[in-house]
Amino acid sequence: MHIGLFIPCYVDQFYPQVAVATLELLEKLGHRVSVPPDQTCCGQPMANSGYERFAKKTMDLFVQNFAEFDYVVAPSGSCVYHVRKHFDIIEQTPEVQKIREKTLEICEFLVNHNTTDTLQSSFPYRVGLHESCHGQRGLRFAKSSELVGEPFSIIRQLLEKVEGIELVNLQRSDECCGFGGTFAVAEEAVSVKMGKDRIQDHILNGAQVITGTDMSCLMHMEGIIRRRKLPLRVMHVSEILNHSEQHEPSV
Amino acid sequence: MSHPSEAQKFVKNENRVNWHDQSLWHVREKRDKAANLFPEWEELREKASQIKSHALSKLDYYLEEFEKNATANGIKVHWASDAIEHNEIVFNIFREHRVKRIVKSKSMLTEECHLNPFLEKHGVEVIDSDLGERIVQLAKETPSHIVLPAIHKKRMEIDELFQKHLHTQPSNGDANYLTAAAREHLRQKFMQADAALTGVNFAIAETGEFVVCTNEGNADMGVHLAPLHIASMGIEKMIPRYEDLGVFIRLLARSATGQHVTTYTSQFRKPREGTELHIILVDNGRTVQLGREKYRRSLHCIRCGACMNTCPVYRRSGGHSYQSVVPGPIGSILSPGIDMKKHASLPFASSLCGSCSDVCPVKIDIHKQLYTWRQDITRETNEEPAKQFSMKLMGWLFTHPNLYRKAGKFGRKALQMMPRWMVYNPLNTWGKQRELPEPPKQSFQEWYQQNRQKNG
Ligand code: SF4
Repeated sequence: MHIGLFIPCYVDQFYPQVAVATLELLEKLGHRVSVPPDQTCCGQPMANSGYERFAKKTMDLFVQNFAEFDYVVAPSGSCVYHVRKHFDIIEQTPEVQKIREKTLEICEFLVNHNTTDTLQSSFPYRVGLHESCHGQRGLRFAKSSELVGEPFSIIRQLLEKVEGIELVNLQRSDECCGFGGTFAVAEEAVSVKMGKDRIQDHILNGAQVITGTDMSCLMHMEGIIRRRKLPLRVMHVSEILNHSEQHEPSV
Repeated sequence: MSHPSEAQKFVKNENRVNWHDQSLWHVREKRDKAANLFPEWEELREKASQIKSHALSKLDYYLEEFEKNATANGIKVHWASDAIEHNEIVFNIFREHRVKRIVKSKSMLTEECHLNPFLEKHGVEVIDSDLGERIVQLAKETPSHIVLPAIHKKRMEIDELFQKHLHTQPSNGDANYLTAAAREHLRQKFMQADAALTGVNFAIAETGEFVVCTNEGNADMGVHLAPLHIASMGIEKMIPRYEDLGVFIRLLARSATGQHVTTYTSQFRKPREGTELHIILVDNGRTVQLGREKYRRSLHCIRCGACMNTCPVYRRSGGHSYQSVVPGPIGSILSPGIDMKKHASLPFASSLCGSCSDVCPVKIDIHKQLYTWRQDITRETNEEPAKQFSMKLMGWLFTHPNLYRKAGKFGRKALQMMPRWMVYNPLNTWGKQRELPEPPKQSFQEWYQQNRQKNG
């Protein structure tokens, strides 16, 4: 099985440690991973802003870059959502269809492939999980609080395997943080207020670290945390899963 | 005027935002409790959605069946293609009956048709009889929520409003005192009214009757006292059979407020002796929306308001920021259908979190329709040429990997080197209240080239 690692543009540029953690995590669990050098973006920023039509070529390039792999794995629920659900506007060649099926978010991939028993990570901190919306309600990684049924969360399930971790409970288990792509800029005032409220919930419940599957949500909250000098930091879930005392991450 | 600028005004008063957010969240939590008492809740939603889809697919048939049966019951049925026609029909009936004063209850549709100013211009006194509606009427405002029209008003503000208009004593926002005062005031209006106007929650084709759901009983009070009752309904309120009603009654109140049923669920089948009962079937853009396949499902809406209560944007920006009769997520789909240019900013007033779609009792895929509207709006209105340009540029850059890498490197370098005042300038909206991420020395791709390329 050969995995193509997709690193979203802003993670590539601003959060290389998240990409490295994801890569190491996959390798540690025995997977063969490659990083196509000509990858850029999945096209989501344009599409969510209403310019899907300007994203078609970016989508084509994505397909070109990743067609040869058995799976495409990415540390981002929202990009994966975009590939799976919004790549319907380009021609549905067999490659495109395969990519839409085989593109998975890292946690989803780990859970589906049952390789997590050898994880051996430890992270002795109090952690708040931000269930980001695209993962939660888009890809159904967790039961959303609006639906009636048995609760579950695959991210939580994974994090619970980490030694020493203490997952805190939140008042509002799955409220949006207010990032929302260009929403963060177009509706700056509301976006920031949503972020502040989201962070406050984590602080009130004693979290030291906020984690999640989308670095974009975390980037937004980190921006507020740093501006307000709040006692909290953000880490992508890959970083936590890859964290252990013996093995410090390489970046 | 656009949603962001209106929202920004609302957000400025953080205490008020917190209070608004918490009040609505409280309703959402009550809804969760009520829904979770039903193990079959999700099946019920599915059923409701299917009934609506079916009813809309044969809407012409059911409307005519309704007309036939309602007429046989002694109800006078009228058809209005738009707001103007609706208002004229109402006024003509009033003229015939020499109506001078009316009481109204539970009708967002008459808001949509701007009936109040129209009637007032013609010398008819219109009293909104539901407490929340009466409050916004006295304040000369519009409802900010379809179920909780005065949710944006604090008790002290209502106190002051009542002192001014109803000559009450200052009561420090005492809810009991204020409610009693409103009741006293409204009772008089009920006694004097020549006609009662109500909305319609559901109309049943099979039996030719309609249903009005209320909590205060004002619709019934008005209707029982006045010799004339006019009900206005959007044509999408039609359901085929009597037995369908149970599905919607179970979903409506629970979704709206967490109640099991509304306090009053009144069914009107024929006029009381010696009175007249009219119903106006209003289109006002609905058949156009029905013809748009992408947005058709928005007509499933039963106006429970749950999508507003759950929407994290609505809770923090207030209903008035939407500047449309139906605010919030569902309004953001419906309003551009009526006037795309005017409401162009609404589909963007969402983080697309999808909470609205999951909470909706009739399973409208609200956030997906918002996404679709975005595509349509940028194509059909040329509102923001600068945005369009930058998106085009972005799309271009992402298809030139070499340039993308160079631009990334350049950007990070520039961020590292520029003094703070240059980065955090007024053009940098992100940075107004947030830090940008600290640019690392290497991008991941650069790291990978250096460390792994050979074994990749
Ligand atoms: S769209 Fe759904 S949730 Fe919103 S008001 Fe209509 S029925 Fe209720």
